[in-house]
Amino acid sequence: MTKTLIEKIWDAHTVVDEGNGRSLLYVDRHMVHEVTSPQAFDGLRANKRKVRRTDLTFATMDHNVPTSNRSLPIVDQTSAMQVKALERNCKEFGIELFDINSPNQGIVHVIGPELGITLPGSTIVCGDSHTSTHGAFGALAFGIGTSDVEHVLATQCIWMEKPKTFEIRVEGKRRNSHAITAKDIILSIIKRIGTAGGTGTAFEYRGEAVSELSMEQRMTICNMSIEGGARAGLVAPDEKTFDYLRGRRYIPENYDSLVEDWKENLKTDGNARFDKSFTLHVDDIVPQVSWGTNPAMTIDVTGRIPFPDEYAKGNVEEEKAAAKALQYMDLKPGTLVTEIELNRVFIGSCTNSRLEDLTEAAKVVKGKKISQKIRAMVVPGSQRVKKQAEDLGLDKIFKDAGFEWRESGCSMCLGMNPDILSAGERCASTSNRNFEGRQGAGGRTHLVSPVMAAAAAIKGHFVDVRELDLN
Amino acid sequence: MEPFRRIYSIATPLDKVNVDTDQIIPKQFLKLIQKTGFGQYLFYDWRYEKDGTPRKDFVLNDSRYKGSVILLARNNFGCGSSREHAAWALLDFGFRAIISTSFADIFYNNCFKNGILPITVDEQALQKLFESKSEIEIDLEKQTVKNDNVSLQFHIEPYWKKILLEGLDDIAVTLKHNDAISKYEEKQVSNPRSS
Repeated sequence: MTKTLIEKIWDAHTVVDEGNGRSLLYVDRHMVHEVTSPQAFDGLRANKRKVRRTDLTFATMDHNVPTSNRSLPIVDQTSAMQVKALERNCKEFGIELFDINSPNQGIVHVIGPELGITLPGSTIVCGDSHTSTHGAFGALAFGIGTSDVEHVLATQCIWMEKPKTFEIRVEGKRRNSHAITAKDIILSIIKRIGTAGGTGTAFEYRGEAVSELSMEQRMTICNMSIEGGARAGLVAPDEKTFDYLRGRRYIPENYDSLVEDWKENLKTDGNARFDKSFTLHVDDIVPQVSWGTNPAMTIDVTGRIPFPDEYAKGNVEEEKAAAKALQYMDLKPGTLVTEIELNRVFIGSCTNSRLEDLTEAAKVVKGKKISQKIRAMVVPGSQRVKKQAEDLGLDKIFKDAGFEWRESGCSMCLGMNPDILSAGERCASTSNRNFEGRQGAGGRTHLVSPVMAAAAAIKGHFVDVRELDLN
Repeated sequence: MEPFRRIYSIATPLDKVNVDTDQIIPKQFLKLIQKTGFGQYLFYDWRYEKDGTPRKDFVLNDSRYKGSVILLARNNFGCGSSREHAAWALLDFGFRAIISTSFADIFYNNCFKNGILPITVDEQALQKLFESKSEIEIDLEKQTVKNDNVSLQFHIEPYWKKILLEGLDDIAVTLKHNDAISKYEEKQVSNPRSS
């Protein structure tokens, strides 16, 4: 029988098949962070249960750690309590923790691949919806709630409904691969399929425009699968994948023999059928900017803010939502995107905080100054990314231009730490969600790529980054 | 977990599509380390003015729906973040069932884990429920939703039905498969290099 890669990984991890589409799946790697785990550990304690596989479980603190000076104590008492709780829990249950002072600390979806915890063909879960990121390595990776975190800690397994398979073909060649990025590809996909387009499915990204992407770019795309409604999204592994992971800290001893096996097996069979399919041609796509309060509310940088009916195309509920979004975002239909003035710029998050993101953004910034009315920050995804960037002198480029250069963490993507927008502030952000209040109550978020964010910081408003010389 | 059998209540209509979990429970309330006490923060930014006074135009502040245990929601309810705090907040506020045309996958799962019944219905039925003010009866055993206007059967996975009806601890259920899990572990070939 021919199978898709998603089905192959699913079948290989099935411990119990109930026969009705529901299976008990084995989890190869479990990543834990401070926000969605305390209640899970409490549940274990209350029922006198242990962590079944401490060797497959890794923890870090990322969501509410400060990104300012790390030698100072955490001022926010509730954040400090969560961080302390994770330290205590990891110690009590014997889990390896990359704490706030560890050179391995960082956003959970940045450090997983960096440390070789993420592997092709594996199942990976974490109490965080952006776990789909790890799919870039050909892993079936999905976000789970806290009850399931507890369930995985106790059993190393998870009950799941088998997702439908959704082929996302990305074909063609981008006209300018510096200005038109992986972020623009995924935003282009989401604006076409909608935020519920992938509900009940897992994506497999395929096609020449996916193959030519670097590993970091593939991570950006897989990361936002959840914004398209899919719990997981993956790319079949290839030489780039195997090379990226080779030599990393936690890859298995038998890595090379595993690679031989993966080459053979980790691909969708030639005539396998997907339940759904969608194709994006990238030849004509341009840099993207979100204008509303969900990631599907996105337009070309060359475009104008749409009227609600123009956006909703006959869907009454969506039209109401668009009108409400315009009100929240304080935008008038017909306004050119490039006329939108900004107050803040955030380069970071599990979507776009890796070395390549920072390198590309630095090319835009180099030798320039940010607009006087802008406050801009760069928050590297991990301590390792930060160090690599500093070795390349990127920190200096950003700081000279007027950016704040921060310690690693989730930071202003969700604003659980002190990095937040004030009410009414408008931000060009490389993160993944433009929901109301996401970056701070009353804050207004526009999702863009790192180069678009960098260009906006210089100009003080959105600008088509293709007009700048990036080479 | 409290067993779920039959509920009878008016429904609170939340007339908005794509409600994300950031709205259900904003991030500033994710720092609590227990599962209770989130109800007071449910839909916080929509429910309260900046000075903390309840917003008159928000449905949770409408006295007509006080004590309601059923939430009517629009398409793609619970999208975005995996935060289970959203389910805890809904439960803590008093909701035991949510009716919509679709739910985001992670949120849907989180509901069952906490004894909340998410019910998926078609658009026409949902519209009728939004339009009628009468009390709704939800019977999990029979898998029915009924009021003056609507009478329908809904689908639920047998596993979740059993968990909800009996209020079971699903980890204990899984641990009955312990032998199968151990057997699977014997053939594992890609364990991380030990530290």
